[in-house]
Amino acid sequence: MAILEVKNIHKCFRDVCVLDGIDFTLEKGEVLAIIGSSGSGKTTLLRCLNFLERPDEGQIIVNDKVIFDAESKENTSEAAIRKNRLHFGLVFQSFNLFPQYTVIGNVTLAAKLANKERLKELKKSMTNGEYRKELKASEAEIDTHALELLRRVGLEEKADAYPYQLSGGQQQRVAIARALAMTPDILCFDEPTSALDPELTGEVLNVIRGLKSSDRTMIVVTHEMEFAKNVSDRVIFMANGVIEEMGDPKEVFENPKSEALKAFLSKALDSEYAQEDI
Amino acid sequence: MSLLDATLQLLDGFKLTLLLFGLTLALSLPLGLVFCFGSMSKFAPLKWFTKGFVYIIRGTPLLLQLMIVVYLPGIAFGAPITRWPIFGGSVPTAYFCGALAAFVINYSCYFSEIYRGGIINIPKGQYEAGQVLGMTKRQIFFKVILLQVIKNILAPISNETITLVKDTALARTVSVMEILFCAYEILTLKNIIWPLFYTGVFYLVFNTLLTLLFGYIEKRLSRFRS
Repeated sequence: MAILEVKNIHKCFRDVCVLDGIDFTLEKGEVLAIIGSSGSGKTTLLRCLNFLERPDEGQIIVNDKVIFDAESKENTSEAAIRKNRLHFGLVFQSFNLFPQYTVIGNVTLAAKLANKERLKELKKSMTNGEYRKELKASEAEIDTHALELLRRVGLEEKADAYPYQLSGGQQQRVAIARALAMTPDILCFDEPTSALDPELTGEVLNVIRGLKSSDRTMIVVTHEMEFAKNVSDRVIFMANGVIEEMGDPKEVFENPKSEALKAFLSKALDSEYAQEDI
Repeated sequence: MSLLDATLQLLDGFKLTLLLFGLTLALSLPLGLVFCFGSMSKFAPLKWFTKGFVYIIRGTPLLLQLMIVVYLPGIAFGAPITRWPIFGGSVPTAYFCGALAAFVINYSCYFSEIYRGGIINIPKGQYEAGQVLGMTKRQIFFKVILLQVIKNILAPISNETITLVKDTALARTVSVMEILFCAYEILTLKNIIWPLFYTGVFYLVFNTLLTLLFGYIEKRLSRFRS
């Protein structure tokens, strides 16, 4: 069963159409890499999935449930969007950690706020003492879960550091833990290593590789061709707002069919060789 | 006139200086936020009205605004503020409140522009990071944005605050009996000038305390960096 179905997504900014009919499905546990030159619409697609942009047309279906339909007036209230967007997690190119919170604070903030909202609903049927006890217990659980996630990204010992004290690679690993803390069905990465120094990209890519498991579905927009080739189960090549080519990574990289992909790959590989020469 | 006599007399005036300062700050800090939201509003008429108002207030002297607020009701509408029932016939109260109103309006406009600068400097990514984590707009503003804004604007706010301490001296021109007013009184009644110069010490001491306070807050906020 497909965990995600994206149907006919269109998105225009004024008269520039960035997405011009995007369709694909994703199976649970699959890792999808999206490649393509800048301006091809990769980032906009991720932003649509995370409700940071509203598609003009199309549907997004998660676990057979329509969570977005451009035609319908339902699911567009702020509360509905908030609930539905939690099916997705997003790791940004520029990390966007909250500077005033420690590492653990960044990972737990949203979960603790959501937890408080949930408990407030129940508060009417509890005494103050029960409420406080319940709050304390649930927050301890959130902290434990966060520490577990930090261990997975290899930053347990940095739990009490502030973001500015970390390297870019470490900050991005915290951002990954923060996204995982909300237990999304599908975790999206928007060029997670593009803002990093070359020597720091490896640690982030390794963490993403390590997350791959049978029940974690991921979409990675990336310029790291080696990574896309070795880690993903499927590759989408986008150009001019459409999916130009889609398939098994071996097939896509070794047997490109369209001229656009051939040109893109030869350019991308050239620049990778150039980097190695330096 | 002994130093002690002068100090006691001037302290009487300084109390009013501090009251004017404290009330202006307490009222204009929140009112500035209202003006700020007004000037950033998506509702165009409100936005342009607020922007126009701030433009006029920031573009004209506070001294002039003081005179307009305090004297215009009497001159233009035949209803001098000293006769307004809410002041209970107390002339000093009427003048004080008139001056306070002018100060609050003036400083709110300055604060609103400082707030606006602090808010637009927060990267869009901070809002988006909160959104994708399922936080509400309210939660994002109060839990993510606000403290960063406060850190951004602390230096200009501390500047304005220290300027306000000294600006209160302008209230003398509309008969508020603050410290400079008292010093002039000594000059005219007793023909002694040194208490007038001595008032500088009061301002300096108070501003030193404020500087220390802002330094402390700045230190507290330096635990993180944007």
